[in-house]
Amino acid sequence: MIANYGYKDGSGEYYIAIDTDKCIGCAVGRACVAACPRELFEIVTDDYDDEVAAVKEAHRRTLAYDCTGCKPAGGYVELPCTRACTPGAIVHSW
Amino acid sequence: MSTSEKQAGTTGEKKEYWRWQESAWVDPARDWRAARYVTAGVDVGSVSSQAVVVCDGELYGYSSMRTGNNSPDSAHAAMRAVMEQCGMTLDDLHFVVGTGYGRVNVPFAHKAVTEIACHARGANYMGGSTVRTILDMGGQDCKAIHCDERGKVTNFLMNDKCAAGTGRGMEVIADLMQIPIADLGPRSFEVDEEPQAVSSVCVVFAKSEALGLLKAGWSKNKVVAAYCQAMAERVVALLERIHVEKDFFITGGIAKNPGVVKRIERLLKLEAVTTKYDSQIAGALGAALFAHTLAQKQGAAPARAAAS
Repeated sequence: MIANYGYKDGSGEYYIAIDTDKCIGCAVGRACVAACPRELFEIVTDDYDDEVAAVKEAHRRTLAYDCTGCKPAGGYVELPCTRACTPGAIVHSW
Repeated sequence: MSTSEKQAGTTGEKKEYWRWQESAWVDPARDWRAARYVTAGVDVGSVSSQAVVVCDGELYGYSSMRTGNNSPDSAHAAMRAVMEQCGMTLDDLHFVVGTGYGRVNVPFAHKAVTEIACHARGANYMGGSTVRTILDMGGQDCKAIHCDERGKVTNFLMNDKCAAGTGRGMEVIADLMQIPIADLGPRSFEVDEEPQAVSSVCVVFAKSEALGLLKAGWSKNKVVAAYCQAMAERVVALLERIHVEKDFFITGGIAKNPGVVKRIERLLKLEAVTTKYDSQIAGALGAALFAHTLAQKQGAAPARAAAS
């Protein structure tokens, strides 16, 4: 399942997509949770009883601001969450 | 001008143009007492609350009510509305699943399931196993869902940051135009030519733009048409992110508004699947079907719902 967390507003689309099929068998111990400096991720049991990473409810409407520090303008070449997620489950839309 | 508009104008009463019809129904041809498993789903949304009762996996009855000032009371009111139709009590329910914004505040629910999974399951029942893309236009959010032939979600996104493209946005326009909400769709087609959409980014912007257009001499119908078009453009942009695939199904209150539905179909070049059921019950129906599966898993001696 592709779970898209985020929103679209007047300034653009801000979604973090998590491919839960890749996330379920995470070989790196859900490194995304520790990698995110804003602690955006949590591990939840979804509606189909699978343990997967998800973006915390409190951050789902503020991603454009929460993730700004990790974008190229913040000095990053690669996003910490996508680098930590070696199964390639996490994708940013912007 | 419709009869209700004329009446409001002559009596000077404060008319709630946004108020939609609450409803309750049970299948008179069936007896729930004969069912092995009687399960329920309660969808407490931001604007409306629905309760659905399913007997042995088949829809038996439902209610659709306006959400009150707290979730537990709204859940009880919706459940009571359907139970009163058939002499049922909470003790007669084998399993209850709560869903929607207020899902964790349904006092008599055994489990909470997200509305995304429930809408997919409900749409799969209402529109058939060929449904792949679901658009739920709720009271204060909009969800685009892709599912498989069993109604299991394979891709979803939800936009609940603003009221644009939601039922609440439509209620605002109904009040502004002083047109009963059920008449907005048909009235939006009573125009000489299709106008350009108003702002699809924000309901507040759309409202002020609509006021400006009225002052500029546009008819109410033309403004409503422009708003329906804006709403359609807004949700189609969301749908495109999850890649629309046939069959396409619309749930939620806006599915009853042909002014939006027809414009979505026009933009997508795809007709939405029609259903004999009330489009607003999809979430609660999905929850009741989840409850049925869970009741079956519990075996021959299922636990009864906890009355409170």
